[in-house]
Amino acid sequence: MKAASHRTTLATARKVVGAILVVALARWVSPWLRNDRKVAILALAPSIFAVALFIYIFIGWTLYISVSDWNRPVLDLTFAGLKNWRRLFTDPRFHIDLRNLVFFAAGYMTQCIVIGFVLAALLNEKIKGEAFFRTVFLMPFAVSAVVSGTAWRWLQLPSSGINLLIAKLGFENIRPLWYMHPQYGMLAITVMGAWQFSGFVMALYLAGLRAIPDELREAAIIDGAGALALYRYVYIPMLKPVTFTAIVLTGAGSIGNFDIPSIIGTGPGFATDSLGFYMFEQTFRSSRYGLGAAVGSLMLFLSIPVVLPYLISVLREERE
Amino acid sequence: MQHLLTRSLKYAVLIAFTVYYIVPFYVMFLTGLKPLENISSFEMWQLPSSLDWGGFREAWSHMDSNFWNSVRITIPGAIVSTFLGSINGYIFAKWGFRGSNAILFLFVFGMFLPGQGILIPLVWVLQFFGLYGKIAGLITAYCIFGIPITSLLFYRYYASVPDELVDASKIDGCDFFGIYRRILLPLSGPTFAVVGVWQFTRIWNEYLMALVVLGNPARAPVTVAIKNFSSMGVIPWNLQMAAALIASVPTIAVYLLLGKLFMRGLLEGSLSG
Repeated sequence: MKAASHRTTLATARKVVGAILVVALARWVSPWLRNDRKVAILALAPSIFAVALFIYIFIGWTLYISVSDWNRPVLDLTFAGLKNWRRLFTDPRFHIDLRNLVFFAAGYMTQCIVIGFVLAALLNEKIKGEAFFRTVFLMPFAVSAVVSGTAWRWLQLPSSGINLLIAKLGFENIRPLWYMHPQYGMLAITVMGAWQFSGFVMALYLAGLRAIPDELREAAIIDGAGALALYRYVYIPMLKPVTFTAIVLTGAGSIGNFDIPSIIGTGPGFATDSLGFYMFEQTFRSSRYGLGAAVGSLMLFLSIPVVLPYLISVLREERE
Repeated sequence: MQHLLTRSLKYAVLIAFTVYYIVPFYVMFLTGLKPLENISSFEMWQLPSSLDWGGFREAWSHMDSNFWNSVRITIPGAIVSTFLGSINGYIFAKWGFRGSNAILFLFVFGMFLPGQGILIPLVWVLQFFGLYGKIAGLITAYCIFGIPITSLLFYRYYASVPDELVDASKIDGCDFFGIYRRILLPLSGPTFAVVGVWQFTRIWNEYLMALVVLGNPARAPVTVAIKNFSSMGVIPWNLQMAAALIASVPTIAVYLLLGKLFMRGLLEGSLSG
């Protein structure tokens, strides 16, 4: 009985304290609420806080973990200097991954940009069924990279898929190993990546082409420009900003390459391994957090020179 | 004559690429339709002897809970991040303050950075709040990492709404939320659809964060389930293909039904303007 009344008193006390706190907070905030400009800042504050914490503070945190001694399941933030970085730079797998990054970027960026540009240029020629082609070309972009990896793993199986078609065409001696190639396996992965993203680049170029005024085309034709000259001297120079966008998007995508290698596996001699997958395995499979953080930090460092000039140029354009 | 030749050449190239984009879908469908005893890597292109949906049914029985996990993650994630983006975009476009442009820049910059740079602290913080390994934790992460893109898309749209409209309603006595509700919200239907579709697709297809936060097979979304399917090595090809195709149905349906919105979202999101 006594205990029960004690509990009610406590609950009442808590309510009173709560009410006082609410009133105090309201008093403190209410002058702000009368000023719309301050309300705006207040409404934006949670998002700023969340992005600051989850992106920028997390980045600093990752950098710090990369110089700590945390390489086992138990948290250990003892400062270890450049130990993880030294270990990273002497790991043969890391060297292979850097080579793979070069292979992937070269293959992926070229395919996306060349295929994207050619298809956009063709679709810009008053093609019947343009909407159909556009829909089909962009469809892979709507599915997950995981799906792309799964389908292409079957299609590129050396004993099956594409190689069967090649044999049917009469070239029985040509049997590429695709993603199982011990050295160039990564190039096979670029086919899977470009299958998904080249349609997107096509859409970018098509929008760019549509934005070029007709008068420009007509003027060039009156000046006697043929189809090739039109592209060489008018379209390609005018599409430079689109090409810049495509380079940055595919470049950033190359650095972050993870989904497809994770489906295919690291392949013979790590031929289809990527920095992102290496980071994932070291961190979440082997509990080498310090080493994983070093890989993550390195990926950030690689991205900055790709992204920053682009954003600055976009910002400058938007100001004008 | 030469005109006809170049014209047919153009169509030939376009049709060749149509085949290239469709073949993986076709092979997934074809292989999924075959019963297990008909699966042989040497007969990949052969049509199934009879229509057999058994493969699809069995794949579904292995992944239905993951499919619903994806629904439970994607729908709240897309709705919340779209609303957050709308409010933020409104503030950036109509209530800009000193430094607000720099903040928007930092938002967008963060969008391009690889996820591996923040994964370890993410796990740590989610664990701290008891959200690690839970669907709510993954939704929270998607909402926060969705803030940059959704804010940017809404900012670009709201910036195109004339300031005079806002000023006029201020004179009429509308406050911060009044302007949003009476002026901008009624104009934002199409943008909500564009951003919503974009976020739906992105969250449904996301893989890295899902793998790290919800690796547990029972709670995992469908992308992680596909990965488990294809890396176990004992799961037959017909089930893998059927599962991958089932996992793609929602986003392909949204893409085919709302293709225009999808296209607009990706063009505006890519910053090429």
